Amino acid sequence: MQFPDQLLYSKDHEWVRMEGDLAVVGITDFAQSELGDIVFVDVNTVGKQIEAGQVFGTVEAVKTVSDLFMPLTGEVVEFNTSLASSAEVVNKDPYGAGWIIKVRPAPSADTSHLLDAAAYRKLVGH
Amino acid sequence: MKKTALHPRHLQLKARMVPFAGFEMPVSYSGITQEHMAVRQAAGIFDVSHMGEFFVEGPDALPFLEYVTTNYVAGLDVGQAQYSCMLREHGGIVDDLLVYCLGEDRYMMVVNAANIDKDFEHLREQSHRFNVNLLNASEVWSLMAVQGPKALEIVQKLTETDLSEIPYYHFDFVALNSVEEALISNTGYTGAGGFEIYVPQEVALHTWDILMEAGASAGLVPCGLGARDTLRLEKGYCLYGQDIDETTTPLEAGLSWIVKFQKDFLGKEALLQQKAQGITRKLVGLVLHEKAIPRTGYSVCDTEGKPIGRITSGAMSPVLGLPIALAYVSSDYSSPGSRLKVSVRERLAEAEVKKLPFL
Repeated sequence: MQFPDQLLYSKDHEWVRMEGDLAVVGITDFAQSELGDIVFVDVNTVGKQIEAGQVFGTVEAVKTVSDLFMPLTGEVVEFNTSLASSAEVVNKDPYGAGWIIKVRPAPSADTSHLLDAAAYRKLVGH
Repeated sequence: MKKTALHPRHLQLKARMVPFAGFEMPVSYSGITQEHMAVRQAAGIFDVSHMGEFFVEGPDALPFLEYVTTNYVAGLDVGQAQYSCMLREHGGIVDDLLVYCLGEDRYMMVVNAANIDKDFEHLREQSHRFNVNLLNASEVWSLMAVQGPKALEIVQKLTETDLSEIPYYHFDFVALNSVEEALISNTGYTGAGGFEIYVPQEVALHTWDILMEAGASAGLVPCGLGARDTLRLEKGYCLYGQDIDETTTPLEAGLSWIVKFQKDFLGKEALLQQKAQGITRKLVGLVLHEKAIPRTGYSVCDTEGKPIGRITSGAMSPVLGLPIALAYVSSDYSSPGSRLKVSVRERLAEAEVKKLPFL
């Protein structure tokens, strides 16, 4: 199981990668593995300002459905629309092609609650 | 938590294990969708040893089974099996099951794992005025299913007996290599064709190993309960505890074809009464036209949003690429083509009644 060092992780199993002034967000390798085969990723919050910890979408796997939580406060500026037709990419490449949204962090956005790879690895027992 | 004889293989194969009906069972090995497609296109092997096996023997075995099950047992030849169910007096389903005719006055019943104790108790209670012996051999027998278009070719490698001579819903006692006597049944819960193989627990691991070896070149993959569920749902087969239970009758569940009113059976009066009064709800197939999976318990509504039923099983169909479900709906809305809505979290998703099976 992969937990890249350059990423930040939330306790809700999202990862965050800063790209210029945007934050790219997806779910972790651990999360995709726990969910099993992912069939839909549903995000209808593009353009909305969402607080850290609030729901920005849902991910539906064969066996279960799970909410997606904002790892940091900001505006959802883009949804990875390629997931609309091939949600299984989240299983195959959770940190790459399987990214889910891009967020413009609010000026007040706090990332101090996010974990580094080592702390997240410890959280999920890997 | 109980374990089947094949438990060590599931661990070796790094299956994801879950509690199911008191057993620790594999839900998937390589991924539910992949396992599902393997069964539709090649073959899969399932450990279903948690299922229960009862033996019914004695001079009254036939009249007893005619009384406690709804299908026509006297019509069975030795070597033939049938799908059936047992009812309470009020018409609710105690369990759905297979009845195997082993010989004159000798039958095997195969029941759902979660119902083994309940079913056996029910049979004991009903058996008083019959001269029968009941034996619960669930702990003695292991059961694996090899399902899919390549199943025949794979199992055939292990025996001299021509397995293509075993018709659908028939069985035979066959030697599989060194496994001297396996009951091989042309049945299954996937709709993909194949066999269910009953062997004594002591030889279960060996049987699994020789089947896996025989199937390696044909693409045989181990499959868990997850794929078993999506496979049966594509075919519209009921799952006890979800689509049917003691609060539902076979007439509501679309199982009238296994109910023979020409004979007497426990629960018949209640069903006749229900028939006379009219069936008010029916189990139907639904397809969703939106990207959401209808889950057990979700509410089904008419186009105005008025609740008229509920989802009992739902999944993404790997073959159709569409969300499918079974649901009880008010009979007025049960014809194929009816437009309905399913309440998915905070919205109403477009759905349509489809004729079963989906596939």
